[in-house]
Amino acid sequence: MSSLKNKRQRAILITVLAVVLLAGVVLLGFILDEEKIATHLDNRNSPPSLEHLFGTDWLGRDMFTRTMMGLSLSMGVGLAGALGSTMIAAFLGMIAATMGRAADAIVSWLIDLFLSVPHLVTLILISFSLGGGAKGIIVGIALTHWPSLSRVIRAEMMQIRSAEYVQVSRRMGRPGWWIAAKHIFPHILPQLLVGFLLMFPHAILHEAAVTFLGMGLSPHQPAIGIILSESMKYLSSGLWWLAFFPGLSLLFAVRLFDVIGGNLRLFTDPSKTHEE
Amino acid sequence: MQLEAHSLSFRYGKNPWLFKNVEFSVEPGEVVGLVGPSGFGKTTFCRILAGYEQPVEGSVTLGGNPLPVKGYHPVQLVFQHPERAVNPRWKMNKILNEAWKPDKELLDTLGIEQEWLARWPGELSGGELQRFCVARALGPETRFLIADEMTTMLDAVTQAQIWHAVLEIARQREMGIIVVSHEAKLVERLCDRVVELGRRL
Repeated sequence: MSSLKNKRQRAILITVLAVVLLAGVVLLGFILDEEKIATHLDNRNSPPSLEHLFGTDWLGRDMFTRTMMGLSLSMGVGLAGALGSTMIAAFLGMIAATMGRAADAIVSWLIDLFLSVPHLVTLILISFSLGGGAKGIIVGIALTHWPSLSRVIRAEMMQIRSAEYVQVSRRMGRPGWWIAAKHIFPHILPQLLVGFLLMFPHAILHEAAVTFLGMGLSPHQPAIGIILSESMKYLSSGLWWLAFFPGLSLLFAVRLFDVIGGNLRLFTDPSKTHEE
Repeated sequence: MQLEAHSLSFRYGKNPWLFKNVEFSVEPGEVVGLVGPSGFGKTTFCRILAGYEQPVEGSVTLGGNPLPVKGYHPVQLVFQHPERAVNPRWKMNKILNEAWKPDKELLDTLGIEQEWLARWPGELSGGELQRFCVARALGPETRFLIADEMTTMLDAVTQAQIWHAVLEIARQREMGIIVVSHEAKLVERLCDRVVELGRRL
């Protein structure tokens, strides 16, 4: 296996695999037949088999199909939430670094404020006050996950703004927008991308958590949180597969995003270009 | 086009004055040494001349006119640490051509090899990087070059090579050079005139 000799090539392979797996889940969520999660009372509570990989529930619905649909729904919600949060982080980070001391003080205060309260509490409050549902969750995630990334962006901006090569560029007559586009943005972009990807698993987990607590998505949607909270009732009667496989899939999906984010950090760092 | 500093004074915030009422001038084609103990404001003085800082009092003029705030600065500064003066995310080719396109002749004079152009800054040595910084600063609109400890961290051979090239180009273009260095021998060898920057100026 000569192509797997160095760390970088191995990381590329793993990243591609992770992306393919996640894309596969989303695809499955779309192409799997709705018929499979219809009620089949003749085939209730059957343990995992080749026909029903994750078994069936108390209404005879195929748990594999429910899990895949749930995961792809969670990823959709996570995507929207993380995207919103990344945009807030970028916006506030840039304002703090470029608009003077007062703006910096206000943004820093906001960051501290949001960091001092646990994510989940704010998320539940926001999502509850917006009446739950996908909208509540997405807005909730977007409004609660930005502070740490914002702090990173602010620090990066401040550092690069005073970097010698940026000052040299200015003395060589490059206009401000040019410096922003060619020097500063490419420096911030990897941080944003990695931050976005690493926010994703948080968003998915928190979505599942809030839904599990009954303040998120509606019970009619096949979300992972719903599946898990419904399954709790049946755990004691020995239907272990109802919670086991969906829970494991959720963990797996979250871990895959983490791997992609971590590897992306490796790829975007020029000093690691030739790392063996 | 004479570069002049009129009663230049500078201090950071409310700290004591770094220097006060400094008079200084360089003629085109002249090589002037600027010496003085550490911490007496040589670098700050250079940064003011090159437009990186604004003086607290006094002014800098080029041929009688104030220095331009926008556009290519006719006074270019080359720093002591080339690795900090280049964008680590850019290849050397892009770094070299940021402001203008140096021709092959200039690259040869400075000893820049073609194959270096395709590399990242992290893949070149300090001496190699500094050649790029010098080439980059020698744009057609550069009237004065300030070398702030430009070759201090380089070996003697590289030092000699870079200075030969720079002096040669300066003579061709009637460009003035200000040399800041702690190496008395280097300053003595290079400069027509030496100015000492001390507390009581």
